[in-house]
Amino acid sequence: MDTYDAYQAITDVTEDQRWAFGAGFDDPLSGIDTTIPDGVSADDLAAYCEMLGDDALLMSHRLQQWVGHAPELEEEAALANIALDLLGQARFLLARAGTVDGSGRTEDDYAFLRGPAQFRHVRLVEIVDNDFGLAMARLLVFSTWRLAVLDRLRVSRDPVLAAIADKGVKEMTYHRDYAAQWVIRLGDGTEFSHQRVQAGLDHVAPFVGELFTDSDVETRLAAAGVGVRPSETHAEFDAALDAVLSAATLGCPAWSASGGATRTAGHRDTLTRLLAELQSVARAHPGATW
Amino acid sequence: MSDTSEDWPLYEVFLRGKRGLNHVHVGSLHAADAHMALHHARDVYTRRNEGVSIWVVASKDITASSPDEKDPFFAPSGDKVYRHPTFYAIPDNVPHM
Repeated sequence: MDTYDAYQAITDVTEDQRWAFGAGFDDPLSGIDTTIPDGVSADDLAAYCEMLGDDALLMSHRLQQWVGHAPELEEEAALANIALDLLGQARFLLARAGTVDGSGRTEDDYAFLRGPAQFRHVRLVEIVDNDFGLAMARLLVFSTWRLAVLDRLRVSRDPVLAAIADKGVKEMTYHRDYAAQWVIRLGDGTEFSHQRVQAGLDHVAPFVGELFTDSDVETRLAAAGVGVRPSETHAEFDAALDAVLSAATLGCPAWSASGGATRTAGHRDTLTRLLAELQSVARAHPGATW
Repeated sequence: MSDTSEDWPLYEVFLRGKRGLNHVHVGSLHAADAHMALHHARDVYTRRNEGVSIWVVASKDITASSPDEKDPFFAPSGDKVYRHPTFYAIPDNVPHM
């Protein structure tokens, strides 16, 4: 619809008239071919969807934990919006994993019924953020990295991943902008706010190397034109972070080096506690719906 | 914290919806500056796919008519029926009158 044609704009009656502004929601996956592309291992594709899905799911949960604790009501709505965007990405990705591997597991099975050892996220999304400066530092790092990955994933040979990435890029662009605005505000704010956001950056620095460590699954899928090797995004990440941190008058911490084991979950205290909360309702009331 | 916490000023938010011709006042919010207010407006008032354009303006910059002046401001136009175009026949093909 051409919104600049005034009469067309107000005579548009195709949308649900119960809503003052129109609903007009779209299903981003409608009409997408869901068959697995030729020459791609179903196990690899499922594992890859789990990795990307788990990152989004746990990051979303950490953001949700700010609801009720954010410094301002408006920030709370913003953080909840970002959490919901990520939860939406997680739902599509985990549902895709369950379809691709033939297990028929649903998104809920993945989110609520796996144990700590079965998660495939990067540790950055797992750490506790009980300080707003730390939360913004982590969100900046996470969204800059994920934006770079999803941006490359838009041309994936898997049409489902490409569609999820295409939707996600718009979301991550906003998330990165939101986090960057706050990091600049706090870094270039008072001495106290500067210290807190700098401490946040220093706190997440040891978890950054893992983001750019290629796993075997990512390497194989990248060769098949389906996945992205995260190491390819390192330069873009550094450039974006440099721009934000210099505007924020913050020192760039020494990010940990990439390489070594990646996405190794396990019975770590922080993860166990996070999942205990995330899964508590689903485990107390198996199969419950509303 | 007390030396850094200060209430953010109030901003009024105006949205233009997909079917709307003009920006409509939808509410207000707090923000540190106009740029943040725009972000907050996006996060608070466009979550249900309402908007295609947002204006924010500091509430202190709005000059409003006062309820005390209601009569001198508005009552004199209440009896001027000839100001309405009701004495004309409107052709059928003119919409939205």
